Amino acid sequence: MSGPNKQYDPVEVAALDPAVIDQAVADAVAAIAAADSLDALKAARLAHQGEKSPLALANREIGALPPSAKAEAGKRVGQARGRVGQALTARQAELEGERDERILVEETMDLTVRAPRRPLGARHPISLVSERIEDIFVAMGWEIAEGPEVESEWLNFDALNLSPDHPARGEADTFFVAPAGSGLVLRTHTSPVQIRTMLDREPPIYVLCPGKVFRTDDLDATHTPVFHQFEGLVVDEGITMAHLKGALDAFVQRLFGDGIVTRLRPNYFPFTEPSAEIDCQCWVCGGQDPSCRTCGGTGWIELGGCGMVNQRVLRAAGVDPERYSGFAFGLGIERSLMLRHGVGDMHDIVEGDVRFSRQFGMEI
Amino acid sequence: MHAPVSWLRELADVPADATGADIAAALVRVGLEEEGLSGGDIKGPIVVGRVLTVEPEPQKNGKTINWCTVDVGEHGQRVTEGKAQEIVCGAHNFGPGDLVVCVLPGGVLPGGFEISARKTYGHVSNGMICSARELGLGDDHDGIIVLSTLLGAEAAAALTPGDDAIELLGLADEVVEVNVTPDRGYCFSLRGIAREYALSTGGVFRDPAHLDVAAANDDGYAVNVTDGSPIDGVPGCDRYVARIVRGVDTTAATPQWMSKRLTQLGMRPISLAVDVTNYVMMLLGQPLHAFDLSTLSGGVGTRRARPGEKLTTLDDVARALDPQDLLIVDGDDRPLAIAGVMGGESSEVTAATTDVLIEAAHFDPISVARSSRRHKLTTEASKRFERGVDPAVAAAAAQLAVDLLVTHGGGTADPGVTDVDQRSSRGPITFDTTLPTRYVGLDYPQDEVVGTLRAIGCDVTDEGVAEGGVVVAVLPPTWRPDLTDGPDLVEEVARVRGYDQIPSVLPTPRAGHGLTHGQRVRRVVANTLAQQGLVEVLTYPFVAPGLFDALGYAPQDVRRRAESLVNPLSDELPLLRTSVLDTLLEALRRNVARGQRDVAVYELGLVTIGRDEPSKAPVPGIEVKPDDETLARIRAAVPDQPRHVAMAAAGDVERGGPWGPGRKVDASDAVAWALSLGTALGLDLVVTATERAPWHPGRVAGITLQDGTVVGYAGELHPKVTSALDLPARTVAAELDVDVLVAATGVPLQATELSTYPPAHTDVALVVAEDVPAAHVEAALRSGAGDRLESVQLFDIYRGEQVGDGHKSLAYRLTFRAAERTLTTDEVSALRDAAVAAATERTGAVQR
Ligand SMILES: [Zn+2]
Repeated sequence: MSGPNKQYDPVEVAALDPAVIDQAVADAVAAIAAADSLDALKAARLAHQGEKSPLALANREIGALPPSAKAEAGKRVGQARGRVGQALTARQAELEGERDERILVEETMDLTVRAPRRPLGARHPISLVSERIEDIFVAMGWEIAEGPEVESEWLNFDALNLSPDHPARGEADTFFVAPAGSGLVLRTHTSPVQIRTMLDREPPIYVLCPGKVFRTDDLDATHTPVFHQFEGLVVDEGITMAHLKGALDAFVQRLFGDGIVTRLRPNYFPFTEPSAEIDCQCWVCGGQDPSCRTCGGTGWIELGGCGMVNQRVLRAAGVDPERYSGFAFGLGIERSLMLRHGVGDMHDIVEGDVRFSRQFGMEI
Repeated sequence: MHAPVSWLRELADVPADATGADIAAALVRVGLEEEGLSGGDIKGPIVVGRVLTVEPEPQKNGKTINWCTVDVGEHGQRVTEGKAQEIVCGAHNFGPGDLVVCVLPGGVLPGGFEISARKTYGHVSNGMICSARELGLGDDHDGIIVLSTLLGAEAAAALTPGDDAIELLGLADEVVEVNVTPDRGYCFSLRGIAREYALSTGGVFRDPAHLDVAAANDDGYAVNVTDGSPIDGVPGCDRYVARIVRGVDTTAATPQWMSKRLTQLGMRPISLAVDVTNYVMMLLGQPLHAFDLSTLSGGVGTRRARPGEKLTTLDDVARALDPQDLLIVDGDDRPLAIAGVMGGESSEVTAATTDVLIEAAHFDPISVARSSRRHKLTTEASKRFERGVDPAVAAAAAQLAVDLLVTHGGGTADPGVTDVDQRSSRGPITFDTTLPTRYVGLDYPQDEVVGTLRAIGCDVTDEGVAEGGVVVAVLPPTWRPDLTDGPDLVEEVARVRGYDQIPSVLPTPRAGHGLTHGQRVRRVVANTLAQQGLVEVLTYPFVAPGLFDALGYAPQDVRRRAESLVNPLSDELPLLRTSVLDTLLEALRRNVARGQRDVAVYELGLVTIGRDEPSKAPVPGIEVKPDDETLARIRAAVPDQPRHVAMAAAGDVERGGPWGPGRKVDASDAVAWALSLGTALGLDLVVTATERAPWHPGRVAGITLQDGTVVGYAGELHPKVTSALDLPARTVAAELDVDVLVAATGVPLQATELSTYPPAHTDVALVVAEDVPAAHVEAALRSGAGDRLESVQLFDIYRGEQVGDGHKSLAYRLTFRAAERTLTTDEVSALRDAAVAAATERTGAVQR
């Protein structure tokens, strides 16, 4: 170290005594290490780095020293303050790290609790299936046509070649609007929409007519007096039964799965000729399981009826049967839903129990 | 229609190894839907048994079973060895001495049910006494078969316990059951089904109507066919064959083979005369009627009924006849039968009858259908006439009946044969043989087309060559009245080749328009509500007359004017809803009743606005396009049916949980849902203060377009309504007209450019009278503040001493922003003052 200075010996300034300074540093480092919280560290900082701290006081003494001694004393105090500062910074970082860890632990939430504050609602699966079917046909270039549910008898029956003596026109199936003889019914199918479409526009016509229909059936596991149908109608030049089968095949493949095809069986409907029953391959067992519950082991599932639009119907709707031909088909939406989603009881579909719709959410 | 395979084999070539399933498949191919297949899977011992003792034993479950002993001959426990077969039976329609059918252990019943001796009700039951249903002989399971009832006393008398009942009842024979569509009346006969089978397989058909028929002469029974008022110009009867057999023993036993066949067809043998007419009808499809000749006064005829006339039919019902009913009448004009539907009691063949008059006639299908429906009387005869009977088969059918009565009843046929034949001749169909190819999309060569038409019985003659094809004249067979035009014949050609041959070709329309604007709006509406926690439901639109009182509608409220149904499903619900809430509230109630406390539901659907002055919708008939005026009247008569959306909710709209308590739904939620639909559609809806049933008068808001057009209402239901409809207190609801929303949108919305300058916020508190709606204050602020106002937000409502009684203080935050620069403090103050001034002027607001 430096030699004695007869005029002014820093050794004689007690605060600048190296031993004192070392002691101050040691005290500071000990206090910092002992600080167990950020608050305690703050107190230690004030005590050992603040204006009244021994090292700050020592620093102040340097100015009074002769120039020759200033440098050395300055260096000594500076180093001492540096060591205290480092200790503080390190301890600060350590304590902050601990605090952050602790906060994260404290903030833990049990997110396995499934209890949304505002639960999402749901669409009715009949609406969802219906929209899905609409989209399938819209994607093929068809349009969606709709009409009233209280409908005129002529549009619901006569225009469709259902004569007044047709059994389906009796009270057995049809809701008649009062007074008797009003000429109005609750539509028994969406076919009157087909007639309205043909009356309102010229061919080519490619429309799907989905909607609510009514028959005087009692509600049971498989029947409901109010149900939903979708009917297709195509009227264009050169339309054949092969086109009918092509449209039906495309539809079942998109709703029930690739590779599924339909089968047509001869049948009778007044509004079509030739007429056919539509079966669809069982997508559950592929016809391989004699005990299949979906198809009853036959490999085929009955879907609905179809055929070439009867020329009388075309004429009644003002379409020239010499120039145009057309096909039509009708299928049930409830049945499609029950088959596709394994719904076993019609009551669940019609009773409005929110638990039923909630199972399906917003997309089907 | 049932077709026993053994009978079918007599009429068509059926391969020896063909099973019932093969036959059914062949019939399905040509359009007869399979309804069922029975028989064939049965195994003996199934034997005739004589009941010896019957001991009723009441059981704990309230039923009484019978502990029986039965003599089953040489089978099982033998009477000859001092022991009879012991069987437990649950039915009670038999007694000691009756002959019954027993299946003994080891036997197998239809459906593969193997019978073994089993312990039941404290006894060992050694087999079963069978019902008709258990044996696959129809649906009759009221009781077990008593053979004297089923086969007649005489036939039963010839039986011995232990006889094989499988052979006796034809149980081993497979029976195919097919569904006959309304256009194929001829398939309600074995003749028709055999013809279709032959057509499907290309095999031989042996027509049972080809028999020796006595020629008509003038010596027959007097028949006077008249019709004073034909329906649509079609005479009620165009053919009437009458034959007489005298000296018939009508108590003679029906031959076993005939009983067996009738049983297989699900008919119960009754007496010789009845069984013969039924048998001939089943074979040839021609309904016959047998009269006791002694009850007639020397002639029969047809005519329409007169007002007030009555007839007691064979089912013992006295029926008031309608002037449209076609009758068979006695020579003295007395009604004998409703033609083609049912005969009368007075001329019924009985055990005392000796001389029988056989009627084989052809009646107008429409006339029979109307009588059948009018009298709610569907018979085997009416079923056939309605769908069309072959008018050419009448004479053969009468002949066969005569022959059978002579053979089995010991009678003598009168030489007189009456055949009143007034059939109008049928014109041929001009048919282009290329039509099947063009209509089906599969190539059908000319010879195939003509060949198929001939195979189904058509008479095809060349008509000449037309453009691109050959035109032929096709005269359909008499049993096919359904074949009337080209497409009818196309179907024949297509079904005989097989629908399975038709290729699959996707039709390719030109580009479509996609969903309409209205359809897209409805999806937005439905999804917007579901995303806010409401669950979509679908309800029936039927409501009770008392509902409108429960909803508190004023006497003059138009929503009371509901359309009603002539034949509602339930007499309690005869009306059609005029609001969706009419039926949605019931769905809410049901959910609550099922234990859901927090429920929010909605429904989109049509409502029916009752007509002011109902006009009758014309019904101009089929086949012609009505004129424009008639069409306009048809459309005008249909009531307006706007599409509404309704919402209803009760309980908590926000759930309680670890985060804190839940929040009850309130009127403002209903308003917010309603407004959200506007927001979702880019439509700025207006909320107005109003009153409206069924809502709470102080908690309902009107929802309108900017121009004041009403969209709907939202709020809390009136407490009287919730109590009348058994709904939770404070249930909230809304109903909006979706068609109004659709009409108000659809024009592309034009975007406003966004300013990137900072906004300036300023708060104002305005004191207004309690009855001033906040919406009015807000509207005034907006109009006073001008274009630079970006938003107004009501953030507090204060009531208390400082604002005085009957007043409230509304605190608003106004946000201003200019498009081109930052607004100065002075400018913002000036804009705020202008806004407040407008509020003061319009609502009396005073700034606090
Ligand atoms: Zn399957």
